[in-house]
Amino acid sequence: MLEKAIYGGRRYWVWIFCLLGIIGVGFLAYLYQFKTGLGVTGMSRDVSWGLYIGQFTFLVGVAASGVMVVLPYYLHDYKKFGRLTILGEFLAISAVIMCMLFIFVDLGQPLRVLNVILHPTPNSVMFYDMLVLSGYLFLNILIGWTVLGAERKEIAPPKWIKPFIILSIAWAPSIHTVTAFLYAGIPGRHLWLTAIMAARFLASAFAGGPALLIILALIVRKYTKFDPGKEAIQSLGKIVTYCMLINVFFLGLEFFTAFYSQIPGHMHSLVYLYAGLHGHSQLVPVMWISSILAVIAIGMLIFPQIRKNESLLAVACLATFFSLWIDKGFGLVVGGFVPNPLERITEYWPTLPETLITLAVWAIGFLVLTILYKIAVSVKEEVVFDKYGEKQIKAE
Amino acid sequence: MSVNRREFLKIVSMSTILSLGGVVSISSLKNHVEASQISRNAKALTAKRWAMVIDMSKFTSEEDYRKCIDACHREHNVPHVTDNPKHEIKWMWTDTYEHAFPGNEDKYLSEKIKHMPFLLLCNHCENPPCVRVCPTQATFKRKSDGIVMMDMHRCIGCRFCMAGCPYGARSFNYKDPRPYLDESRENPEFPTRMKGVVEKCTLCYERLAHGLLPACVEAAKEVAAKKGITPGLIFGDLEDPNSEVRRVLNERFTVRRKPELGTGPSVYYII
Amino acid sequence: MYNGGKIIIGLLIFIGLVSFPFLYSGGKATAKPDPKIDTPEILSMPEKERKCVESKAFMKKEHMQLLNDWRDWVVRDGNTVYTNAEGKTFNMSLQNTCMKCHSNKAKFCDECHNYTAVKPYCWDCHLAPKEKKS
Repeated sequence: MLEKAIYGGRRYWVWIFCLLGIIGVGFLAYLYQFKTGLGVTGMSRDVSWGLYIGQFTFLVGVAASGVMVVLPYYLHDYKKFGRLTILGEFLAISAVIMCMLFIFVDLGQPLRVLNVILHPTPNSVMFYDMLVLSGYLFLNILIGWTVLGAERKEIAPPKWIKPFIILSIAWAPSIHTVTAFLYAGIPGRHLWLTAIMAARFLASAFAGGPALLIILALIVRKYTKFDPGKEAIQSLGKIVTYCMLINVFFLGLEFFTAFYSQIPGHMHSLVYLYAGLHGHSQLVPVMWISSILAVIAIGMLIFPQIRKNESLLAVACLATFFSLWIDKGFGLVVGGFVPNPLERITEYWPTLPETLITLAVWAIGFLVLTILYKIAVSVKEEVVFDKYGEKQIKAE
Repeated sequence: MSVNRREFLKIVSMSTILSLGGVVSISSLKNHVEASQISRNAKALTAKRWAMVIDMSKFTSEEDYRKCIDACHREHNVPHVTDNPKHEIKWMWTDTYEHAFPGNEDKYLSEKIKHMPFLLLCNHCENPPCVRVCPTQATFKRKSDGIVMMDMHRCIGCRFCMAGCPYGARSFNYKDPRPYLDESRENPEFPTRMKGVVEKCTLCYERLAHGLLPACVEAAKEVAAKKGITPGLIFGDLEDPNSEVRRVLNERFTVRRKPELGTGPSVYYII
Repeated sequence: MYNGGKIIIGLLIFIGLVSFPFLYSGGKATAKPDPKIDTPEILSMPEKERKCVESKAFMKKEHMQLLNDWRDWVVRDGNTVYTNAEGKTFNMSLQNTCMKCHSNKAKFCDECHNYTAVKPYCWDCHLAPKEKKS
């Protein structure tokens, strides 16, 4: 099926070459980082994780969110999602690839990465993260490819794939839970040491991921002959709404615990992020943008009339996506390190090479996504659906 | 015999997997040279669990601390990164009470203690979070004597341990440390580090193995000898009821940093 | 032949890539490595004691494995003394044992490593003996 990716219009190739250009620039920046060391980033002795690990954390959520279309379709027999599942699965594949790349570019000694496998360490959450991420990647490639392949041949997917699909549904929350455990199990980092970290991660993932999927589905419909389905998009919109509400609720719980208990350590990071601490307030505007976007998103999403208008839904989804991207892809990681364990403050801001490398990893993700979606859409365009948009019928 | 493409690919992939399996089973040197033996140095200082007591009353000037830190950093070729404090490497350093013991600060704390520079280093925890989180066992607790060690050969530079350590005891080599070393002052017996690995105090495992006390303890002894007092750094076996460390802990009131986290620090302070 | 032109171009590129290393070196063979063990430290020893930790043949073949094991035994297990088959003991240390005799890193280590394009990262951390530039 891969051959479908090499036939495309002018627009397709312009887009591909733009991505390749960004990747090329980022690759040069990475060579510079590889040669000089991670000193080219904004990270420091005190803030020892930054944009890379933040993006990794956020993207694990995007990957896990594929389950939000796969689960209703396969477990609840919700047929409307039939045409979206492949988009969800392929989004998961590119997100996991980005996750792995972000971990890789964050390593001080990238050439030794195999030490994680050569010296397996079951007490380290990172070890499990490696296992669940590669497992999830494998499952999604297997399932996506098999189901799409069957569709191309216009036959039902083979029976043996079903257990893998069920497994992938159970697997999806695990990847994000394990990622939350990277943070939640660390003593002495008050912002992260919270029992609802995994729950917060899942809530934000199931809001942010489907929001991105809605935007992608709308783009696919606009530029191809394939329609993922109006009702499917509306259902996804409801999922985004509820999960975003739960996410904000969970964030409120964190604020309550910190500020009602008045335990200084629990308040410090939140104060730093949203108001500034001892005159250090670099992240305050960013965090407020995130909060305002969240309010806008929820304000739009909770009204069915607004949600039903697809252009407004797209705006709400963009607001959701960027709000969560800032909150989880940046604030959460940096906030955990400020103030440091000695209650001193070192601030963090990404540098130019760091930003270029980050953009390049995103570009690789979009390249993979574009190619996969191109294949999926090319197959789907050839298949004709019945009048309900559920079952495929043979093209005449 | 004709082989179609599918079968050919199957054979190739299977044989690749099998040969990878073969590579993993490399035998160890012990099998090659059976007569050779590995042992400890007979002179090595041993303990069940090394610990240190820092008696703050024995340090009277900035100079006294400086001597200990210098001894440590010279012994281990710790680079002196001056151009960017964000990339600083420190095995041993000082900070004030409110930063050394955050959460215990008090507005009405005596001025003397408020400004006292506390000597800080890796606590060599009984239950170290850095060891728990390390994905490659590059940092590990030695079963024999409780030292929390660093294997710089194995570190992949993921910096999970830096997030894990609640004492800020770990430094990452954001750049090649060599240019920051003064060649005339370097210790030719000890390696440097390379960029991209985490480092910290190793309680002078290399000196203990040859029967020497840690460099900072040795320096504190010299400082004390000049003043004619007992040294400010007391080093010994926490599990040995007759050790010097246990004698001091029995006689004096001591505190540890963040004991509430359950890490079990092995560094005690007498204020 | 389908797409004959494309295939021939592809083949030419392939041949170009494969033969590049040979063309690049101008077809000349690099000089055979000639590691030296004639350091002043070794020469000052009585002839009988001029022996490495293990036999010459073993060291030639297995030194990388030996060093690899040494570092684990010292750093991870805290054992620092190596007793060889003859009962002689050594302090296991690249920097303080090996290089004390083989103080000529350039002629002893680099000679072969450069020839075989093997780049061990020992010297990123371990300090090489100070050699007089000749």
